[in-house]
Amino acid sequence: MNILVCVKRVPATGGTIVLTADEQEIDTRYLGFTVSPHEECAVEEAVRIVEARGGTSTVLTLGPAAAEDQLRDALAVGIERGVLLETDGSDWDAVATAGAIVDAVKSQESAAAPFDLLLFGNEAADTGDYQVGIRVAAGLDLPVVIGAKAIEILDGAVRVRREAAGGGWEIYEVPLPAVVAVKEGINLPRYPSVPGRLRARKKEIERMTPERRAGGPEKLRLRLPVEHHQAAEILGSGPDAAPRVVEVLQKLGVIAS
Amino acid sequence: MILTLVEQTNGQPDRLSLETLALARRLGSGLGAPVHAVLFGTGARDAAADLGRHGVGVAHVVEHERLDAYAPAAWAAALAQLMSGAKVVLAAGSERGNEVMAHVGAQTGLPMAANCTDVSPRDSFGLVRQRWAGSLLEDARLDGDMRLLTVAPHAVAVEESAGPAATIETFRPELTDRDLRVRVVGRVEAEKGKISLADARVVVGGGRGVGGPEAFGILEELAGLLGAAVGVSRVATSAGWRPHSDQIGQTGLRIAPDLYIACGISGAIQHIVGCKAAKRILVINKDADAPIMGRAAYAVIGDLHTVVPAISAEIRRVRANGAAAGRG
Repeated sequence: MNILVCVKRVPATGGTIVLTADEQEIDTRYLGFTVSPHEECAVEEAVRIVEARGGTSTVLTLGPAAAEDQLRDALAVGIERGVLLETDGSDWDAVATAGAIVDAVKSQESAAAPFDLLLFGNEAADTGDYQVGIRVAAGLDLPVVIGAKAIEILDGAVRVRREAAGGGWEIYEVPLPAVVAVKEGINLPRYPSVPGRLRARKKEIERMTPERRAGGPEKLRLRLPVEHHQAAEILGSGPDAAPRVVEVLQKLGVIAS
Repeated sequence: MILTLVEQTNGQPDRLSLETLALARRLGSGLGAPVHAVLFGTGARDAAADLGRHGVGVAHVVEHERLDAYAPAAWAAALAQLMSGAKVVLAAGSERGNEVMAHVGAQTGLPMAANCTDVSPRDSFGLVRQRWAGSLLEDARLDGDMRLLTVAPHAVAVEESAGPAATIETFRPELTDRDLRVRVVGRVEAEKGKISLADARVVVGGGRGVGGPEAFGILEELAGLLGAAVGVSRVATSAGWRPHSDQIGQTGLRIAPDLYIACGISGAIQHIVGCKAAKRILVINKDADAPIMGRAAYAVIGDLHTVVPAISAEIRRVRANGAAAGRG
Protein backbone atom coordinates (compact mmCIF):
# COMPACT_ATOMS: atom_id res chain seq x y z
CA MET A 1 0.00 0.00 0.00
CA ASN A 2 1.24 3.44 -0.95
CA ILE A 3 -0.56 5.96 1.24
CA LEU A 4 -0.71 9.75 1.18
CA VAL A 5 -2.04 11.64 4.20
CA CYS A 6 -2.77 15.37 4.07
CA VAL A 7 -2.64 17.62 7.15
CA LYS A 8 -3.02 21.34 7.90
CA ARG A 9 -1.09 23.48 10.37
CA VAL A 10 -3.49 25.32 12.70
CA PRO A 11 -3.00 27.20 15.99
CA ALA A 12 -3.73 25.29 19.19
CA THR A 13 -6.45 27.65 20.39
CA GLY A 14 -7.30 26.05 23.73
CA GLY A 15 -9.06 28.72 25.79
CA THR A 16 -9.90 32.11 24.30
CA ILE A 17 -9.31 33.20 20.72
CA VAL A 18 -7.67 36.62 20.24
CA LEU A 19 -7.59 38.28 16.81
CA THR A 20 -4.90 40.45 15.25
CA ALA A 21 -5.66 44.20 15.04
CA ASP A 22 -6.49 43.99 11.32
CA GLU A 23 -9.02 41.21 12.06
CA GLN A 24 -7.52 39.01 9.36
CA GLU A 25 -5.97 36.28 11.50
CA ILE A 26 -5.90 34.73 14.94
CA ASP A 27 -3.17 36.32 17.05
CA THR A 28 -0.79 33.39 17.34
CA ARG A 29 2.06 35.13 19.13
CA TYR A 30 1.46 33.12 22.30
CA LEU A 31 0.08 29.96 20.73
CA GLY A 32 1.57 26.66 19.69
CA PHE A 33 0.61 24.95 16.45
CA THR A 34 -0.87 21.57 15.73
CA VAL A 35 -3.12 19.77 13.26
CA SER A 36 -6.80 18.88 13.67
CA PRO A 37 -7.57 15.78 15.80
CA HIS A 38 -9.16 14.26 12.68
CA GLU A 39 -5.81 14.60 10.91
CA GLU A 40 -3.83 13.14 13.81
CA CYS A 41 -6.08 10.12 13.40
CA ALA A 42 -5.54 10.07 9.63
CA VAL A 43 -1.77 10.00 10.21
CA GLU A 44 -2.14 7.19 12.76
CA GLU A 45 -4.36 5.22 10.38
CA ALA A 46 -1.79 5.53 7.58
CA VAL A 47 0.97 4.28 9.88
CA ARG A 48 -1.15 1.33 11.04
CA ILE A 49 -2.14 0.28 7.53
CA VAL A 50 1.49 0.31 6.36
CA GLU A 51 2.56 -1.59 9.51
CA ALA A 52 -0.06 -4.25 8.80
CA ARG A 53 0.27 -4.55 5.02
CA GLY A 54 3.65 -3.09 4.07
CA GLY A 55 4.20 -0.22 1.66
CA THR A 56 5.10 3.41 2.13
CA SER A 57 3.46 6.46 3.61
CA THR A 58 3.84 10.13 2.74
CA VAL A 59 2.55 13.19 4.61
CA LEU A 60 1.76 16.34 2.67
CA THR A 61 0.79 19.82 3.76
CA LEU A 62 0.13 23.15 2.13
CA GLY A 63 1.27 26.01 4.32
CA PRO A 64 4.10 28.30 5.42
CA ALA A 65 7.69 27.13 5.86
CA ALA A 66 6.96 26.59 9.56
CA ALA A 67 4.43 23.87 8.64
CA GLU A 68 7.51 21.69 8.38
CA ASP A 69 6.97 21.16 12.15
CA GLN A 70 3.64 19.45 11.49
CA LEU A 71 5.23 17.24 8.82
CA ARG A 72 7.97 16.24 11.28
CA ASP A 73 5.33 15.44 13.92
CA ALA A 74 3.90 12.94 11.43
CA LEU A 75 7.34 11.58 10.54
CA ALA A 76 8.00 11.10 14.26
CA VAL A 77 5.09 8.66 14.61
CA GLY A 78 6.12 6.60 11.61
CA ILE A 79 5.25 8.32 8.32
CA GLU A 80 8.18 7.87 5.94
CA ARG A 81 8.24 10.92 3.66
CA GLY A 82 7.23 14.57 4.02
CA VAL A 83 6.17 16.98 1.27
CA LEU A 84 5.63 20.71 1.87
CA LEU A 85 3.69 22.83 -0.62
CA GLU A 86 5.13 26.08 0.61
CA THR A 87 3.01 29.25 0.68
CA ASP A 88 3.42 32.70 2.20
CA GLY A 89 1.13 31.59 5.04
CA SER A 90 -2.01 33.40 3.88
CA ASP A 91 -5.33 31.54 3.80
CA TRP A 92 -5.87 29.38 0.75
CA ASP A 93 -9.50 28.54 0.10
CA ALA A 94 -10.70 24.99 -0.54
CA VAL A 95 -10.66 25.31 -4.34
CA ALA A 96 -7.08 26.59 -4.38
CA THR A 97 -5.90 24.07 -1.77
CA ALA A 98 -7.46 21.10 -3.55
CA GLY A 99 -6.06 22.23 -6.91
CA ALA A 100 -2.55 22.45 -5.46
CA ILE A 101 -2.85 19.01 -3.84
CA VAL A 102 -4.07 17.48 -7.12
CA ASP A 103 -1.02 18.96 -8.90
CA ALA A 104 1.31 17.63 -6.21
CA VAL A 105 -0.24 14.14 -6.25
CA LYS A 106 0.20 13.94 -10.01
CA SER A 107 3.83 15.03 -9.81
CA GLN A 108 4.55 12.64 -6.90
CA GLU A 109 2.93 9.79 -8.80
CA SER A 110 4.87 10.45 -11.99
CA ALA A 111 8.14 10.48 -10.01
CA ALA A 112 7.37 7.34 -7.97
CA ALA A 113 4.47 4.91 -7.59
CA PRO A 114 0.78 5.84 -7.67
CA PHE A 115 -0.99 6.22 -4.33
CA ASP A 116 -3.49 3.50 -3.38
CA LEU A 117 -5.13 5.52 -0.63
CA LEU A 118 -5.30 9.26 0.06
CA LEU A 119 -6.30 10.13 3.62
CA PHE A 120 -7.65 13.46 4.84
CA GLY A 121 -9.17 14.75 8.06
CA ASN A 122 -12.92 15.18 7.74
CA GLU A 123 -12.63 18.97 7.95
CA ALA A 124 -9.89 21.41 8.85
CA ALA A 125 -10.10 22.64 12.45
CA ASP A 126 -9.85 26.31 11.49
CA THR A 127 -11.66 27.01 8.21
CA GLY A 128 -14.00 24.01 8.42
CA ASP A 129 -14.67 23.91 4.67
CA TYR A 130 -15.67 20.22 4.57
CA GLN A 131 -14.62 19.83 0.95
CA VAL A 132 -10.89 19.60 0.22
CA GLY A 133 -10.85 15.77 0.16
CA ILE A 134 -13.92 15.67 -2.07
CA ARG A 135 -12.47 18.23 -4.50
CA VAL A 136 -9.14 16.38 -4.63
CA ALA A 137 -11.00 13.14 -5.39
CA ALA A 138 -12.89 14.85 -8.20
CA GLY A 139 -9.65 16.32 -9.58
CA LEU A 140 -8.06 12.86 -9.64
CA ASP A 141 -11.28 11.08 -10.68
CA LEU A 142 -11.23 8.88 -7.57
CA PRO A 143 -14.09 7.68 -5.35
CA VAL A 144 -14.28 9.43 -1.97
CA VAL A 145 -15.86 8.47 1.35
CA ILE A 146 -15.97 10.95 4.24
CA GLY A 147 -16.75 10.60 7.95
CA ALA A 148 -14.75 7.36 8.28
CA LYS A 149 -14.80 5.85 11.79
CA ALA A 150 -13.31 2.54 10.63
CA ILE A 151 -11.27 1.57 7.57
CA GLU A 152 -10.73 -1.99 6.43
CA ILE A 153 -8.44 -2.66 3.49
CA LEU A 154 -9.74 -5.47 1.28
CA ASP A 155 -8.27 -6.97 -1.86
CA GLY A 156 -8.25 -3.95 -4.21
CA ALA A 157 -10.95 -2.15 -2.26
CA VAL A 158 -11.56 -0.32 0.98
CA ARG A 159 -14.53 -0.75 3.33
CA VAL A 160 -15.46 2.27 5.44
CA ARG A 161 -17.80 2.52 8.40
CA ARG A 162 -19.43 5.86 9.12
CA GLU A 163 -21.90 6.96 11.78
CA ALA A 164 -25.45 7.31 10.46
CA ALA A 165 -27.35 10.49 11.34
CA GLY A 166 -30.04 8.76 13.41
CA GLY A 167 -27.64 6.34 15.16
CA GLY A 168 -26.13 3.12 13.87
CA TRP A 169 -23.63 2.82 11.06
CA GLU A 170 -23.43 3.10 7.29
CA ILE A 171 -21.05 0.85 5.36
CA TYR A 172 -19.36 1.97 2.16
CA GLU A 173 -17.12 -0.10 -0.06
CA VAL A 174 -15.14 1.42 -2.91
CA PRO A 175 -12.36 0.21 -5.20
CA LEU A 176 -8.80 1.43 -4.66
CA PRO A 177 -7.29 3.87 -5.35
CA ALA A 178 -9.63 6.00 -3.27
CA VAL A 179 -9.84 9.07 -1.05
CA VAL A 180 -11.06 8.67 2.53
CA ALA A 181 -11.67 11.52 5.01
CA VAL A 182 -11.46 10.27 8.59
CA LYS A 183 -12.94 11.44 11.84
CA GLU A 184 -11.50 11.47 15.31
CA GLY A 185 -12.39 8.24 17.10
CA ILE A 186 -11.26 5.94 14.27
CA ASN A 187 -8.19 5.14 16.41
CA LEU A 188 -6.22 6.47 19.36
CA PRO A 189 -3.11 8.15 17.91
CA ARG A 190 0.19 7.08 19.46
CA TYR A 191 2.69 9.50 21.00
CA PRO A 192 6.00 9.90 19.19
CA SER A 193 8.94 8.03 20.73
CA VAL A 194 12.26 9.77 21.37
CA PRO A 195 14.04 7.76 18.62
CA GLY A 196 11.08 8.61 16.37
CA ARG A 197 11.58 12.32 17.05
CA LEU A 198 15.31 12.07 16.37
CA ARG A 199 14.72 10.18 13.12
CA ALA A 200 12.13 12.73 12.03
CA ARG A 201 14.48 15.63 12.69
CA LYS A 202 17.07 14.24 10.26
CA LYS A 203 14.70 13.49 7.40
CA GLU A 204 14.70 15.49 4.22
CA ILE A 205 11.47 17.39 3.54
CA GLU A 206 10.58 17.71 -0.11
CA ARG A 207 9.49 21.26 -0.98
CA MET A 208 7.33 22.32 -3.88
CA THR A 209 5.89 25.70 -4.84
CA PRO A 210 2.18 25.31 -5.51
CA GLU A 211 0.26 27.21 -8.14
CA ARG A 212 -2.70 29.13 -6.72
CA ARG A 213 -6.01 28.95 -8.55
CA ALA A 214 -8.86 31.40 -8.14
CA GLY A 215 -11.61 30.10 -5.86
CA GLY A 216 -13.74 31.55 -3.12
CA PRO A 217 -15.35 32.62 -0.88
CA GLU A 218 -13.22 35.71 -0.26
CA LYS A 219 -12.47 36.37 3.41
CA LEU A 220 -13.22 39.98 4.43
CA ARG A 221 -12.59 39.83 8.15
CA LEU A 222 -12.80 37.61 11.19
CA ARG A 223 -14.74 38.40 14.33
CA LEU A 224 -15.66 36.75 17.58
CA PRO A 225 -19.31 35.83 17.97
CA VAL A 226 -21.31 37.94 20.40
CA GLU A 227 -21.93 35.66 23.34
CA HIS A 228 -24.84 36.15 25.66
CA HIS A 229 -23.16 35.32 28.90
CA GLN A 230 -25.45 35.21 31.85
CA ALA A 231 -24.96 34.97 35.54
CA ALA A 232 -25.90 31.42 36.51
CA GLU A 233 -28.49 30.94 39.20
CA ILE A 234 -26.58 29.07 41.89
CA LEU A 235 -28.81 26.31 43.19
CA GLY A 236 -26.55 25.42 46.09
CA SER A 237 -23.41 23.62 47.10
CA GLY A 238 -22.87 19.88 47.27
CA PRO A 239 -25.56 17.20 47.61
CA ASP A 240 -27.78 19.53 49.69
CA ALA A 241 -28.64 21.31 46.44
CA ALA A 242 -30.56 18.25 45.17
CA PRO A 243 -34.07 19.41 46.21
CA ARG A 244 -33.55 22.78 44.47
CA VAL A 245 -32.29 21.00 41.35
CA VAL A 246 -35.37 18.80 41.30
CA GLU A 247 -37.62 21.88 41.65
CA VAL A 248 -35.90 23.40 38.63
CA LEU A 249 -36.28 20.14 36.66
CA GLN A 250 -40.00 20.23 37.49
CA LYS A 251 -40.30 23.90 36.53
CA LEU A 252 -38.63 23.14 33.17
CA GLY A 253 -41.00 20.22 32.61
CA VAL A 254 -38.13 17.72 32.48
CA ILE A 255 -39.80 15.69 35.21
CA ALA A 256 -43.44 15.73 36.28
CA SER A 257 -44.30 17.96 39.23
CA MET B 1 -34.89 30.10 -8.03
CA ILE B 2 -33.37 29.22 -4.67
CA LEU B 3 -32.72 25.47 -4.70
CA THR B 4 -32.60 23.72 -1.33
CA LEU B 5 -31.65 20.15 -0.56
CA VAL B 6 -34.15 18.92 2.04
CA GLU B 7 -33.06 15.82 3.94
CA GLN B 8 -35.83 13.68 5.38
CA THR B 9 -36.25 10.64 7.58
CA ASN B 10 -39.32 8.40 7.21
CA GLY B 11 -41.33 11.15 5.53
CA GLN B 12 -40.42 13.88 8.02
CA PRO B 13 -38.13 16.71 6.92
CA ASP B 14 -35.04 16.95 9.15
CA ARG B 15 -34.89 19.88 11.54
CA LEU B 16 -31.61 21.18 10.08
CA SER B 17 -33.20 21.23 6.62
CA LEU B 18 -36.15 23.26 7.95
CA GLU B 19 -33.65 25.73 9.44
CA THR B 20 -32.03 25.87 6.00
CA LEU B 21 -35.40 26.58 4.38
CA ALA B 22 -35.87 29.55 6.74
CA LEU B 23 -32.69 31.09 5.31
CA ALA B 24 -33.69 30.05 1.77
CA ARG B 25 -37.01 31.84 2.17
CA ARG B 26 -35.26 35.00 3.35
CA LEU B 27 -32.94 34.83 0.33
CA GLY B 28 -35.91 34.16 -1.93
CA SER B 29 -37.77 37.27 -0.82
CA GLY B 30 -34.58 39.37 -0.98
CA LEU B 31 -33.77 38.22 -4.50
CA GLY B 32 -37.36 37.94 -5.71
CA ALA B 33 -36.89 34.25 -6.46
CA PRO B 34 -39.11 31.26 -5.62
CA VAL B 35 -37.82 28.58 -3.23
CA HIS B 36 -37.56 25.06 -4.65
CA ALA B 37 -36.75 21.95 -2.63
CA VAL B 38 -35.09 18.69 -3.70
CA LEU B 39 -35.83 15.48 -1.82
CA PHE B 40 -34.47 11.95 -2.13
CA GLY B 41 -35.39 8.52 -0.89
CA THR B 42 -38.32 6.62 0.57
CA GLY B 43 -40.69 9.06 2.21
CA ALA B 44 -39.59 12.01 0.04
CA ARG B 45 -43.13 12.54 -1.28
CA ASP B 46 -44.62 12.61 2.24
CA ALA B 47 -41.96 15.03 3.46
CA ALA B 48 -42.50 17.27 0.42
CA ALA B 49 -46.25 17.52 1.06
CA ASP B 50 -45.67 19.70 4.11
CA LEU B 51 -43.05 22.09 2.77
CA GLY B 52 -45.45 24.84 1.65
CA ARG B 53 -45.53 25.98 5.25
CA HIS B 54 -41.78 26.51 5.01
CA GLY B 55 -42.01 28.70 1.93
CA VAL B 56 -41.36 26.06 -0.72
CA GLY B 57 -43.14 26.66 -4.04
CA VAL B 58 -41.98 23.56 -5.92
CA ALA B 59 -40.64 20.34 -4.40
CA HIS B 60 -38.67 18.09 -6.76
CA VAL B 61 -38.89 14.47 -5.69
CA VAL B 62 -35.94 12.61 -7.20
CA GLU B 63 -36.74 9.10 -8.37
CA HIS B 64 -34.29 6.67 -9.93
CA GLU B 65 -34.09 2.89 -9.70
CA ARG B 66 -30.41 3.10 -8.76
CA LEU B 67 -30.93 5.61 -5.94
CA ASP B 68 -32.32 3.20 -3.37
CA ALA B 69 -29.34 3.92 -1.09
CA TYR B 70 -27.56 7.18 -0.28
CA ALA B 71 -24.98 8.00 -2.95
CA PRO B 72 -23.41 11.45 -2.41
CA ALA B 73 -22.04 12.06 -5.92
CA ALA B 74 -25.33 10.91 -7.48
CA TRP B 75 -27.33 13.24 -5.22
CA ALA B 76 -24.98 16.04 -6.28
CA ALA B 77 -25.41 15.13 -9.95
CA ALA B 78 -29.19 15.31 -9.56
CA LEU B 79 -28.91 18.72 -7.87
CA ALA B 80 -26.55 19.95 -10.60
CA GLN B 81 -29.09 18.87 -13.24
CA LEU B 82 -31.89 20.75 -11.45
CA MET B 83 -30.01 23.91 -10.62
CA SER B 84 -29.73 25.61 -14.00
CA GLY B 85 -30.88 29.20 -13.47
CA ALA B 86 -30.70 28.93 -9.69
CA LYS B 87 -29.25 31.95 -7.91
CA VAL B 88 -28.41 30.02 -4.76
CA VAL B 89 -28.13 26.28 -4.09
CA LEU B 90 -27.99 25.37 -0.43
CA ALA B 91 -28.22 22.52 2.05
CA ALA B 92 -27.98 22.05 5.79
CA GLY B 93 -24.51 21.94 7.33
CA SER B 94 -25.20 18.31 8.25
CA GLU B 95 -22.76 15.57 7.35
CA ARG B 96 -24.69 14.74 4.17
CA GLY B 97 -25.53 18.37 3.39
CA ASN B 98 -21.89 19.45 3.49
CA GLU B 99 -20.88 16.32 1.59
CA VAL B 100 -23.39 16.70 -1.23
CA MET B 101 -22.72 20.45 -1.64
CA ALA B 102 -18.96 19.77 -1.71
CA HIS B 103 -19.63 17.29 -4.53
CA VAL B 104 -21.77 19.88 -6.36
CA GLY B 105 -18.86 22.31 -6.00
CA ALA B 106 -16.36 19.73 -7.20
CA GLN B 107 -18.53 18.69 -10.17
CA THR B 108 -19.20 22.27 -11.30
CA GLY B 109 -15.93 23.91 -10.25
CA LEU B 110 -17.86 26.49 -8.20
CA PRO B 111 -16.74 27.55 -4.72
CA MET B 112 -18.90 26.46 -1.77
CA ALA B 113 -19.24 28.33 1.52
CA ALA B 114 -19.79 25.82 4.32
CA ASN B 115 -21.67 26.47 7.56
CA CYS B 116 -23.01 29.95 6.94
CA THR B 117 -24.94 31.62 9.75
CA ASP B 118 -26.28 34.52 7.71
CA VAL B 119 -26.37 35.64 4.11
CA SER B 120 -27.22 39.05 2.74
CA PRO B 121 -28.84 38.73 -0.69
CA ARG B 122 -27.50 42.09 -1.91
CA ASP B 123 -25.22 42.46 -4.97
CA SER B 124 -21.98 41.57 -3.22
CA PHE B 125 -23.58 38.54 -1.55
CA GLY B 126 -21.98 39.07 1.82
CA LEU B 127 -22.13 36.10 4.11
CA VAL B 128 -21.12 35.10 7.60
CA ARG B 129 -19.69 31.65 8.10
CA GLN B 130 -18.37 29.64 10.99
CA ARG B 131 -14.73 28.91 11.59
CA TRP B 132 -13.52 26.72 14.42
CA ALA B 133 -17.01 25.19 14.50
CA GLY B 134 -18.48 28.55 15.50
CA SER B 135 -15.94 29.87 18.03
CA LEU B 136 -14.99 32.34 15.33
CA LEU B 137 -16.98 33.99 12.54
CA GLU B 138 -15.77 35.00 9.11
CA ASP B 139 -17.36 37.78 7.06
CA ALA B 140 -16.86 36.77 3.46
CA ARG B 141 -18.00 37.47 -0.06
CA LEU B 142 -19.04 34.84 -2.56
CA ASP B 143 -18.87 35.94 -6.19
CA GLY B 144 -20.57 34.41 -9.20
CA ASP B 145 -24.04 34.04 -10.70
CA MET B 146 -24.75 30.89 -8.76
CA ARG B 147 -23.79 30.55 -5.11
CA LEU B 148 -23.34 27.27 -3.27
CA LEU B 149 -23.54 27.17 0.50
CA THR B 150 -24.54 25.20 3.56
CA VAL B 151 -26.22 26.56 6.68
CA ALA B 152 -24.63 26.00 10.09
CA PRO B 153 -26.69 23.80 12.42
CA HIS B 154 -28.91 25.74 14.84
CA ALA B 155 -27.80 29.14 13.52
CA VAL B 156 -31.19 29.99 11.97
CA ALA B 157 -34.57 29.33 13.61
CA VAL B 158 -37.22 27.25 11.82
CA GLU B 159 -40.01 29.47 10.47
CA GLU B 160 -43.48 28.13 9.76
CA SER B 161 -46.42 30.02 8.36
CA ALA B 162 -49.65 29.26 6.55
CA GLY B 163 -49.03 29.01 2.83
CA PRO B 164 -50.16 27.13 -0.25
CA ALA B 165 -48.99 23.52 -0.49
CA ALA B 166 -45.83 23.02 -2.54
CA THR B 167 -46.26 21.69 -6.07
CA ILE B 168 -44.67 18.27 -6.19
CA GLU B 169 -42.74 17.35 -9.34
CA THR B 170 -41.01 14.07 -10.01
CA PHE B 171 -37.46 14.39 -11.33
CA ARG B 172 -35.53 11.58 -12.97
CA PRO B 173 -31.82 12.41 -13.13
CA GLU B 174 -29.37 11.02 -15.69
CA LEU B 175 -26.88 9.02 -13.64
CA THR B 176 -23.69 7.32 -14.74
CA ASP B 177 -21.85 4.42 -13.11
CA ARG B 178 -19.31 6.97 -11.94
CA ASP B 179 -21.99 8.89 -10.00
CA LEU B 180 -22.87 5.66 -8.21
CA ARG B 181 -19.35 4.47 -7.37
CA VAL B 182 -19.79 5.54 -3.77
CA ARG B 183 -22.98 4.44 -2.08
CA VAL B 184 -24.16 2.94 1.16
CA VAL B 185 -23.86 -0.82 0.73
CA GLY B 186 -24.82 -1.87 4.24
CA ARG B 187 -26.18 -0.62 7.52
CA VAL B 188 -25.74 -1.53 11.14
CA GLU B 189 -28.84 -0.44 13.03
CA ALA B 190 -28.65 1.58 16.22
CA GLU B 191 -29.04 -0.18 19.54
CA LYS B 192 -32.75 -0.60 20.19
CA GLY B 193 -34.22 1.67 22.83
CA LYS B 194 -31.10 3.80 23.16
CA ILE B 195 -31.93 7.51 23.15
CA SER B 196 -30.06 9.23 20.35
CA LEU B 197 -27.67 11.88 21.63
CA ALA B 198 -28.33 14.06 18.59
CA ASP B 199 -32.09 14.17 19.20
CA ALA B 200 -32.38 13.90 23.00
CA ARG B 201 -34.34 16.70 24.71
CA VAL B 202 -32.19 16.30 27.81
CA VAL B 203 -28.50 15.39 27.78
CA VAL B 204 -26.33 14.53 30.79
CA GLY B 205 -22.68 15.28 29.96
CA GLY B 206 -19.54 14.13 31.74
CA GLY B 207 -15.95 15.33 31.42
CA ARG B 208 -12.57 15.14 33.06
CA GLY B 209 -14.13 15.52 36.51
CA VAL B 210 -15.89 12.16 36.18
CA GLY B 211 -12.46 10.62 36.70
CA GLY B 212 -12.87 7.23 35.03
CA PRO B 213 -15.23 4.91 33.15
CA GLU B 214 -16.90 3.40 36.26
CA ALA B 215 -18.17 6.73 37.58
CA PHE B 216 -20.25 7.19 34.42
CA GLY B 217 -22.69 4.81 36.11
CA ILE B 218 -24.10 7.66 38.21
CA LEU B 219 -24.55 9.79 35.07
CA GLU B 220 -26.28 6.88 33.32
CA GLU B 221 -28.55 6.50 36.33
CA LEU B 222 -29.60 10.17 36.29
CA ALA B 223 -30.05 10.04 32.51
CA GLY B 224 -32.25 6.97 32.89
CA LEU B 225 -34.49 8.80 35.36
CA LEU B 226 -34.79 11.82 33.03
CA GLY B 227 -35.15 9.95 29.74
CA ALA B 228 -31.90 11.64 28.76
CA ALA B 229 -28.88 10.63 26.67
CA VAL B 230 -25.33 10.63 28.05
CA GLY B 231 -22.67 12.64 26.23
CA VAL B 232 -19.05 13.40 27.03
CA SER B 233 -16.29 15.92 26.46
CA ARG B 234 -13.20 15.09 24.41
CA VAL B 235 -11.12 14.15 27.46
CA ALA B 236 -13.45 11.28 28.26
CA THR B 237 -13.13 9.72 24.80
CA SER B 238 -9.41 10.38 24.43
CA ALA B 239 -8.89 8.59 27.75
CA GLY B 240 -10.92 5.67 26.42
CA TRP B 241 -13.59 6.03 29.15
CA ARG B 242 -16.42 6.31 26.65
CA PRO B 243 -16.89 5.60 22.92
CA HIS B 244 -16.13 8.47 20.57
CA SER B 245 -19.71 8.43 19.28
CA ASP B 246 -20.74 9.97 22.64
CA GLN B 247 -18.49 13.00 22.15
CA ILE B 248 -20.05 16.47 22.13
CA GLY B 249 -17.84 19.14 20.57
CA GLN B 250 -15.97 20.39 17.54
CA THR B 251 -14.80 16.94 16.47
CA GLY B 252 -17.94 15.20 17.77
CA LEU B 253 -21.64 16.06 17.84
CA ARG B 254 -23.30 19.48 18.03
CA ILE B 255 -26.35 19.10 20.22
CA ALA B 256 -29.31 21.41 20.84
CA PRO B 257 -31.35 19.90 23.70
CA ASP B 258 -33.76 21.78 25.95
CA LEU B 259 -31.50 21.05 28.91
CA TYR B 260 -27.85 20.08 29.08
CA ILE B 261 -26.56 18.95 32.48
CA ALA B 262 -22.77 19.37 32.33
CA CYS B 263 -21.01 17.40 35.07
CA GLY B 264 -17.30 17.85 35.73
CA ILE B 265 -16.79 19.69 32.44
CA SER B 266 -14.62 22.81 32.55
CA GLY B 267 -15.70 24.15 29.16
CA ALA B 268 -12.87 24.16 26.63
CA ILE B 269 -13.80 25.89 23.34
CA GLN B 270 -13.81 22.52 21.62
CA HIS B 271 -16.65 21.36 23.91
CA ILE B 272 -18.58 24.64 24.12
CA VAL B 273 -19.16 24.78 20.36
CA GLY B 274 -20.86 21.40 20.64
CA CYS B 275 -23.30 22.35 23.41
CA LYS B 276 -23.91 26.08 23.17
CA ALA B 277 -27.12 25.59 21.18
CA ALA B 278 -28.70 23.98 24.27
CA LYS B 279 -31.62 26.08 25.53
CA ARG B 280 -30.39 25.85 29.11
CA ILE B 281 -27.26 24.47 30.73
CA LEU B 282 -27.15 23.22 34.31
CA VAL B 283 -23.55 22.98 35.48
CA ILE B 284 -22.38 20.70 38.26
CA ASN B 285 -18.77 21.53 39.02
CA LYS B 286 -16.40 21.85 41.94
CA ASP B 287 -14.86 24.97 40.42
CA ALA B 288 -17.13 28.02 40.61
CA ASP B 289 -14.78 29.79 38.17
CA ALA B 290 -14.78 27.12 35.44
CA PRO B 291 -15.28 28.70 31.97
CA ILE B 292 -18.49 26.73 31.45
CA MET B 293 -20.12 28.75 34.26
CA GLY B 294 -20.38 31.62 31.78
CA ARG B 295 -22.82 29.45 29.79
CA ALA B 296 -24.81 28.15 32.71
CA ALA B 297 -28.40 29.08 33.49
CA TYR B 298 -28.15 27.08 36.72
CA ALA B 299 -25.21 25.79 38.68
CA VAL B 300 -24.47 23.54 41.61
CA ILE B 301 -21.03 24.02 43.12
CA GLY B 302 -19.84 20.64 44.28
CA ASP B 303 -18.39 17.27 43.48
CA LEU B 304 -20.47 15.48 40.87
CA HIS B 305 -19.75 12.16 42.60
CA THR B 306 -21.96 13.19 45.52
CA VAL B 307 -24.25 15.75 43.82
CA VAL B 308 -25.44 13.55 40.93
CA PRO B 309 -26.47 10.57 43.13
CA ALA B 310 -28.24 13.00 45.49
CA ILE B 311 -30.27 14.39 42.57
CA SER B 312 -31.18 10.87 41.41
CA ALA B 313 -32.23 9.95 44.97
CA GLU B 314 -34.32 13.12 45.25
CA ILE B 315 -36.08 12.40 41.94
CA ARG B 316 -36.90 8.88 43.18
CA ARG B 317 -38.16 10.26 46.51
CA VAL B 318 -40.38 12.87 44.81
CA ARG B 319 -41.76 10.27 42.41
CA ALA B 320 -42.43 7.79 45.21
CA ASN B 321 -44.27 10.48 47.19
CA GLY B 322 -46.25 11.45 44.12
CA ALA B 323 -47.22 7.82 43.53
CA ALA B 324 -48.16 7.41 47.19
CA ALA B 325 -50.28 10.58 47.06
CA GLY B 326 -51.91 9.29 43.88
CA ARG B 327 -52.91 6.06 45.61
CA GLY B 328 -54.15 7.88 48.70
